[in-house]
Amino acid sequence: MDTDDEFMSNVSSEDDMLPDDSDNDLSGDEDFGFDDEPDHYIIDSQKDGAEKRKAAYDISFKVYQPADVQKQQNDLIDEVNMILDISKEEAAILLRHFRWNKERLIEDYMDRPGKVLDAAGLSRSSAGPPKMQVIPDFMCDICCEDEPGLESFALKCGHRYCVHCYRHYLAQKIRGEGEAARIQCPSEGCNLIIDARSLDILVTPDLTERYHELLHRTYVEDKETLKWCPAPDCQNAIECAVKKKDLDKVVPTVTCLCGHRFCFGCILNDHQPAPCELVKRWLKKCADDSETANWISANTKECPKCNSTIEKNGGCNHMTCRKCKHEFCWMCMGLWSEHGTSWYNCNRYEEKSGTDARDAQARSRISLERYLHYYNRYANHEQSARLDKDIYHKTEKKMVQLQKESGMSWIEVQYLNSASQALQTCRQTLMWTYAFAFYLARNNLTEIFEDNQKDLEMAVEALSEMFERPITELADPKLKVEIMDKTSYCNKRRVILLDDTAQNLAEGMRTRISFWSVRMANK
Amino acid sequence: MATQNKRIAKEFSDCTSSPPAGIKVTLADDSDLHKWHVVLEGPDNSPYTGGKFGVVIKLPLDYPFRPPVVTFATRIYHPNITNDDQGNICLDLLKNENWKPSTKIHGILEAVRNLLAEPLPDDPLEARIADEYRSDRKEFDKNAKAYVQRYAKGPLKFTTPGSSSEGTSEKKGGAAAVGAPGPGPSSSSSGGGA
Ligand SMILES: [Zn+2]
Ligand SMILES: [Zn+2]
Ligand SMILES: [Zn+2]
Ligand SMILES: [Zn+2]
Ligand SMILES: [Zn+2]
Ligand SMILES: [Zn+2]
Repeated sequence: MDTDDEFMSNVSSEDDMLPDDSDNDLSGDEDFGFDDEPDHYIIDSQKDGAEKRKAAYDISFKVYQPADVQKQQNDLIDEVNMILDISKEEAAILLRHFRWNKERLIEDYMDRPGKVLDAAGLSRSSAGPPKMQVIPDFMCDICCEDEPGLESFALKCGHRYCVHCYRHYLAQKIRGEGEAARIQCPSEGCNLIIDARSLDILVTPDLTERYHELLHRTYVEDKETLKWCPAPDCQNAIECAVKKKDLDKVVPTVTCLCGHRFCFGCILNDHQPAPCELVKRWLKKCADDSETANWISANTKECPKCNSTIEKNGGCNHMTCRKCKHEFCWMCMGLWSEHGTSWYNCNRYEEKSGTDARDAQARSRISLERYLHYYNRYANHEQSARLDKDIYHKTEKKMVQLQKESGMSWIEVQYLNSASQALQTCRQTLMWTYAFAFYLARNNLTEIFEDNQKDLEMAVEALSEMFERPITELADPKLKVEIMDKTSYCNKRRVILLDDTAQNLAEGMRTRISFWSVRMANK
Repeated sequence: MATQNKRIAKEFSDCTSSPPAGIKVTLADDSDLHKWHVVLEGPDNSPYTGGKFGVVIKLPLDYPFRPPVVTFATRIYHPNITNDDQGNICLDLLKNENWKPSTKIHGILEAVRNLLAEPLPDDPLEARIADEYRSDRKEFDKNAKAYVQRYAKGPLKFTTPGSSSEGTSEKKGGAAAVGAPGPGPSSSSSGGGA
């Protein structure tokens, strides 16, 4: 645990004061950018961990564009084509049949080539390549047509249907169900896969493109280490070596070239630092309890002092009542003036002692209270991130306006863009820290986690507040420096929190999660 | 489309000239080959024996490239048929991904009747009934028979879910009345600032 201590000692000096960061050494110019290509992948954190290393939450991954994916397929096909001395076309069919597992294909083929070819529909014993035929006295069993000259087709199983029906069937499979590599013979109870050669002569031109696209997709879909970027209209694939069984120890967030950040494990949007299984559970719990929790995520609340309705229209949680000027925190409804002091804990849930919870009813009330504490903050950051995003759209206009009014260049106003991005990323992280904390067992690691959470949260709120200032104030160079410093401070706090948590997870953090992940695994 | 009608017409005549055991098929409307009414007799050696069940078969426009939709118009107590006025049925060969265009309605009807003789509790639509079927066959038989007495003895009705008024008309109390309590009217007012 030396690494942790080392890490914390770097940080703890900042802990007591709300960083007034214009002169703080963490805002140096070292770039903590997240877009750096991560080049190695740490799950088994080195126990000695003395030397400099990548952040523990950073995992290695690669983005492939469509041409890369095609090239990988072609390379494999070429290789099999050479090793097994079969045509490229056959190699492709065999590879798809073996779900792109080259080693198994080669091994099996060396063993019993006839059986492999047979299974993939490439049997050489059959009489020549597949073709359409006109058979005398043929009646199609699908459409019941029997006119003379009706063209028909059969795989080697002998189940013969008219070409029209065959094509209709394939269109339904390819366009309707998105299948291509594993379409079966139309006959009831016949499992024979329609091979690529037969498909080539049967698939009509209007379907060819879709058909080849589907074949192309099998390459990624059949491999555990590859996934499509889920962003709409994005054609890239991501390669990542994180295995399913490691998902309780690592949160494999990847970033596509298109900018989309998502979890390689579950394809949901980035949910660091919370592990996938926890996220799944949390989301289910939130969905199940949505009635109870609905009122919380409402956009309006009442001022705790004068009860007038207050609407939240930005991400900032520092609220000032229009009517009575009371300043309070949107999340906990407590006095704002008390936030930012070291003893005030907006983020921490104070566990009620067991003696308070004599009967089941009291216990269930306490457990609901506890859930609501975390849900409240989770939902609030989610909502704030959304509102911050709205504000970003306004920011773009602001940036243009600012250029006009202050004479700053486009480059010079980019700090607002960075601030907006930092706000959204940090809020995304904060949101999941609350789901995470809900499942955390209480011990000294939790305290460190909550301190990290608090530091990040205070920094984010401070930045959020600056960010919402009117354009006239934003033109002030002093505020610009403050915003830039705070932005970089936020990013750094986030890195520290993620890194710390990732290390603890990798080392088997004692959480309610590890408890239930064992249970899940046993199921 | 004419060619599809040829297939459907042939299937219909096959099903009327040599129907599967315990089954009688008619068209819901003589001008429409796409909707069939089936009278299915409860198989012997099953709790459904002596009952007559109305089954509706709807053939989609691109039948046989898509599977027919089969529903029970008569309420029935069975692990694989929904215990409501929808009468949805779970049969592997009717699922989109398993459907083969060479499958005939004749065979489907046999499979449906066979499902009454041998329920498949491992692939249930009604988990509670499936549990009962596995753990307390006597109780299951009793409930299934009570349903037959109540719903499958009188004149057959083929009111399909779409056409029937969303009524609660058949809600009577009684020993065999089970089924999930209906969800209350969901009222989630989207909070607006008025
Ligand atoms: Zn045909
Ligand atoms: Zn076949
Ligand atoms: Zn992408
Ligand atoms: Zn995930
Ligand atoms: Zn007020
Ligand atoms: Zn607060």
